[in-house]
Amino acid sequence: MKEKKELMKEGKRLDGRGMGDLRHIAITANPIKNAAGSAYIEWGGNKILAAVYGPREALPKHISDPQRAIIKCRYMMAPFSSLEEHGRVGMNRRAVEISKVTKETFESVVMLEMFPGSEISIMIEVLQGDGGTRAAGITCAAVAMALSGIPMTDLPYAVSAGKIGSDVVLDLNKIEDNYSDADMPIAVNPRNREVTLLQMDGEMTREEIRKAMDMVIEAGKTISRIQREAILAPYQKASEAYG
Amino acid sequence: MHIVTITDEYIKERIRGGMRNDKRGLMSYRDITIGVGTMPNAEGSAEVNMGNTKVLAGIKIDLSEPMRDTPGEGNLVTSAELLPMASDKFDAGPPSPESIEVARVIDRGIRASGMIDTGSLFIEEGKVWTVYIDIYVLNYDGNLFDAGTLASVSALRSARMPKYENGAVVREGNLQRMKTANMCTSCTFGKIGSEILLDTDGSEESFTNARLTIANDSEYVRAMQKGIGGSFTLAEIDKLMEATFEKSKDLRSLVTKASGGD
Repeated sequence: MKEKKELMKEGKRLDGRGMGDLRHIAITANPIKNAAGSAYIEWGGNKILAAVYGPREALPKHISDPQRAIIKCRYMMAPFSSLEEHGRVGMNRRAVEISKVTKETFESVVMLEMFPGSEISIMIEVLQGDGGTRAAGITCAAVAMALSGIPMTDLPYAVSAGKIGSDVVLDLNKIEDNYSDADMPIAVNPRNREVTLLQMDGEMTREEIRKAMDMVIEAGKTISRIQREAILAPYQKASEAYG
Repeated sequence: MHIVTITDEYIKERIRGGMRNDKRGLMSYRDITIGVGTMPNAEGSAEVNMGNTKVLAGIKIDLSEPMRDTPGEGNLVTSAELLPMASDKFDAGPPSPESIEVARVIDRGIRASGMIDTGSLFIEEGKVWTVYIDIYVLNYDGNLFDAGTLASVSALRSARMPKYENGAVVREGNLQRMKTANMCTSCTFGKIGSEILLDTDGSEESFTNARLTIANDSEYVRAMQKGIGGSFTLAEIDKLMEATFEKSKDLRSLVTKASGGD
């Protein structure tokens, strides 16, 4: 049984947010010069870099697919990313699973058949974690993918919803995540509202899950707008510079 | 790979004429910026941009047992991650010999300069602090030794020291800065043909035939490392030591400016 901690005060969350409110999100385009595309996201206290390399020759050869590109994904947390003690270096089981579900999220939107025999690598490095890192990582990686010029059928975003006591809440931070009654990260393709990542643990009624989904779709409008602005920013700067 | 060969030859030819691809002098650094405290969850952090090389150092300080041979001292553990994100030359997986060399050379300079007094990291019998320096290479464009040292030293100088109270580690609230003394920086030179260049970028590094790193404080040489297959003459090493002491003044003032103190 988890230790209970007071996470609500006068109908608001400890950081002053309402139940359906997002934390502050800012995305910067192309911080990693060597990558085909990259993005840096600050989402609440999360600070995450995502980079995309490729399409390039799939190696080792036997993993390549003559029909389409394959996606490789690596999600990692830096050993200094949390307020607690020094993290273990290397991939733990959690990182392997998050890498896998992130890869699968992108398999549904990247037009893989355009690059047979190639690989496209997505790297997500969590430099500072504050709850919801996989969702922020996917949102950031989507921007990096778009900036790389690799065609996608949609620009996915992700956010997590959950439950604190009897309240359904959006975008749990680290403390809320540690003491919440449920956590449910979701990735969505906004054009057709297809869900491409869905995980959940804890306890929620079907009604509460429906409510959480509505919150996610509503917040998705904001997240999508921030993503699109981040993708456009470097081109806007260029077009201003050259009139 | 004909195109690569043509570029190499072109760059080498220009260097013979004393010209670098980015128009720098042979003994000049690229632009260096240092940002401190960028990752507040870490006890200390600093990001260094040296041209297009981007390095982030994070400091964590944990409670641990002392090493068996130094029961009265804390520990310093330095690692470097050449993230696959940083270059298509870097692969995922266990630390490469290159990343271990970078970490060990940086560690030696910091350790030898006495920047951290490991004796002061002793808490009580069987309990000491371990200071972890993690050097994260985010974008590779050469000279990880100098960029990594600058990032590590700046992060250490800005780090907050956790407290050990009633059997628990306190990491938040009113904390003092970690004590540091002295300051170490390094200068790394690459030899291309018979020319020697300071701060080689990624393309220059790819055909450097000998590399020399000299770490120093204002008075002493604190660590050296020669790398790659080629060699330096004694006269060259002599000249490079002098150049290092000259250049390191600027590096120290950059660190001081970014991390405060003197």
